[in-house]
Amino acid sequence: MKIAVLMRAVPDPVEELEIDGADLDRDFLGYVLNEFDDHALEEGLLLKEETGGTLTAFALGSADEVEQMLHTAIAKGADSAKKLGDDLDAVDAHAQAATFVSAIRDGGYDLILSGVQASDEIDGQVAMLVAASLDLPHVSVVVGTSPGEGSLRVTKEYWAGITADYDVATPAVLGIQTAREAPRYVAVARIRQAQESGALEEVDIEQPENSSGVTITAMRLPEAGEGAEMIEGDEEAAAGRVLEILQAAGVR
Amino acid sequence: MSNDILVYVEHLNGEVTDATYELLATARALAAQTGGGVDAAAIGAGVSALTASLGGADRVLVAETDALGAFNPQGHAAAFSELVAAREPALVLVPYTSIGMEIGNQVAVANGLPLVSYCLSVDASSGLSATCQLYSGKVEADVTVDGDRAVFAMLAGSASADDGRSGGAGAAETVDVTIPDLAVSFVEIHEPEGGDVDITAGEVLVAIGRGIESEDNIEEAQELADALGAPLAASRPIIDQGWLPKTRQVGKSGLTVKPKVYLALGISGAPEHLEGMRDSATIIAVNSDPQAPIFGVAHYGWVGDIFDFIPELTDRLDG
Repeated sequence: MKIAVLMRAVPDPVEELEIDGADLDRDFLGYVLNEFDDHALEEGLLLKEETGGTLTAFALGSADEVEQMLHTAIAKGADSAKKLGDDLDAVDAHAQAATFVSAIRDGGYDLILSGVQASDEIDGQVAMLVAASLDLPHVSVVVGTSPGEGSLRVTKEYWAGITADYDVATPAVLGIQTAREAPRYVAVARIRQAQESGALEEVDIEQPENSSGVTITAMRLPEAGEGAEMIEGDEEAAAGRVLEILQAAGVR
Repeated sequence: MSNDILVYVEHLNGEVTDATYELLATARALAAQTGGGVDAAAIGAGVSALTASLGGADRVLVAETDALGAFNPQGHAAAFSELVAAREPALVLVPYTSIGMEIGNQVAVANGLPLVSYCLSVDASSGLSATCQLYSGKVEADVTVDGDRAVFAMLAGSASADDGRSGGAGAAETVDVTIPDLAVSFVEIHEPEGGDVDITAGEVLVAIGRGIESEDNIEEAQELADALGAPLAASRPIIDQGWLPKTRQVGKSGLTVKPKVYLALGISGAPEHLEGMRDSATIIAVNSDPQAPIFGVAHYGWVGDIFDFIPELTDRLDG
């Protein structure tokens, strides 16, 4: 099985965000691998191991973290890794999908995996846009797969713990929410080895135009703590007040 | 094109979902702006029975097809795309759910329409615009849409489901759809497994999120939960890492809880999480990020390090 995994860098979810006009202030913003893409990579690696296939990791963007993401993918077991373009930080999901499509279209992949969503995809979800552009079958919110002959059994999560199994004929695209197993750990030494191996390939791709028809005109941070009584002081003050609240609620 | 609003009817096991009723409420307000009607498209085997509860729509487009006995990401999207192409509604509404996101993306691409995700509200009074939640609920964005038609994927809680539920039975109109050869076939559905701790039963719930940082720190949160006699629950990232079992997950993919007190530790408050706990009687949130959306639904909040707070409260409870 020939597998492609599509990965994106997104603003670190634990960072405080600041707004600059109609976008984030990106000057000092830290990026991390989209967590769902991390699960897509893990599911891809498990399938590669089960089927004796190959896995190529693709990633978008100019952030330093993108190379780190790809080196990590190699260290974890990807056979090759490709960095697409170098000026793609603020493009929309349609442009990201178009970039991925131009990179994978002629690759003969049996399976294309990506995260089910990313926190900045205002104009659609990349995995599904890629599937629609390539006219391939697609299942999203996938929480597990198992390989069959010419098809895959995939488990899709609906909500509230309800899931359903589907058989999907390959080639196909899957939007992964959670891999069967937690994303594997890889030692820093292995990542450094990958860095030095020169296995990372940079692919020069012309930056596509944003073509989604959706334009962000303003961004703002929601009012913090609107309605909440904010407790002042140190942790002792906080613990004391929380104890009072627990007592007032009759649970203590 | 018409001035109508077309709602995708999401249904599972013969029941229309709350998310659909929320869409109908939103669609009613939008129809007043466009001067059109509200259509609801119900696709699949046995959907005629759903019209009895779809009076929130002016018309229910009933696409009965034995080929789609259960939800099929490919089949339902193809059938709905065909209806959108034939009816040319001004606005198409889908829920931003496991089912709705499959439909929304494919329908938008198939019909060459813009798609707006993560929508909190939509306005069609002067051109098309929407307000959306990005970056896991940390940012609100206003967007405009080119042209006069688009697909909107609405977040849960964007309107009142009760408003969309009113009206009794809908007026049915039978429509034909063509189901293509399917590369995706439904096998079976799985209901959640029970066992473990029932987090919906506790009067107090201690819930941890990404802020717990590593599996080694779970124990400290467990000690606090034990001191309170409360189950330990978590948001999705913790469950996905395998640090706690799936039965402990609060939110859209997990369980909905309504304890007397919900103590959220290191949980930023992504919309998917808030969906599962916002109706708790008292919500106390501790987070180091003063902008964390959890403070938007909390009744009490403290901005600080959970690793300072947890042992301090545990000591007081044990003492």
